[in-house]
Amino acid sequence: MIEIGLGHYLTLGAIIFFLGVIGIFLNRKNVIVILMSVELILLSVNINLISFSIFSGDLLGQIFTMLILTVAAAEAAIGLAIIVIFYRNKGSIRVEDIHEMKG
Amino acid sequence: MLAHAIFFYFFSILAIFSALMVITSRSTVNSVFFLILDFISVGCLFIMVGAEFLGMILLIVYVGAVAVLFLFVVMMLNVAQQKQSWFVGQKSTHIPSGLIVSVLILLELLVVVGGWKYKENIMSSSNLVIDTSTTNTHSIGSVMYTDYILYFQLSGVILLLSMVGAIILTYRKRENVKTQSYLKQISRDKASAVMLKDVEFNKGVKIDD
Repeated sequence: MIEIGLGHYLTLGAIIFFLGVIGIFLNRKNVIVILMSVELILLSVNINLISFSIFSGDLLGQIFTMLILTVAAAEAAIGLAIIVIFYRNKGSIRVEDIHEMKG
Repeated sequence: MLAHAIFFYFFSILAIFSALMVITSRSTVNSVFFLILDFISVGCLFIMVGAEFLGMILLIVYVGAVAVLFLFVVMMLNVAQQKQSWFVGQKSTHIPSGLIVSVLILLELLVVVGGWKYKENIMSSSNLVIDTSTTNTHSIGSVMYTDYILYFQLSGVILLLSMVGAIILTYRKRENVKTQSYLKQISRDKASAVMLKDVEFNKGVKIDD
């Protein structure tokens, strides 16, 4: 318990990943919260990459974390733009109202 | 070592609690605030574990840009009144299967924690061994701008694409707004803009003719 190792960080990443997945699956109202859950999932992936990079002494994980950060920022910008134009057309961003594609 | 453990548990419990509050909070603005708290605590964990540059980048990029972008959109869309609530409205059939899949994912990820070990030659197979004699930022920079320059430029292209995409998606042409006409502006020439007149002495200037 006192010695903080790789397993602690992996467990933290797993729990945050789980919370993000639950936020995507069980959300009924708000698309913005779904985007935030995607951000949580990407954050847990970053935790995994960085902890493996540190504990195995390889720098490559931190470089890939930089790329994941870039992709996450781009994804947030595009997703929020889509939400803005959806709200402008429909006047609502409730998940239940998004059924144009019958998914 | 004890202080390290105490700080680790503090920041990780804070991160888990705020991740829980992000997905269960009733107001979207509160969700964004807890997302910011989550980013800050995970950034502190990154700094603790030894990835100082990425921890600082997480603080600057995420807390300073992405989370504020979320906050901006939430405020702009006036969805603060739209409380999010679970298990209300029309009955959905995908909630039980969603719960089952989520719990299975968690269990699978937790099985990994106890059931793995290093390959014997994993340290010798790595070709980017962390150099502890220089700073984290220096070692990342010396690798990223030389060996991984293509990935770096590719991420720049991705950012450019997302910027162009976001502007194209949200741009709309408005009626009855006075704007610049670039074509008219750059097609002015000297003959249509300036007129030279010879002014005689003691007669003044007549504007009209």
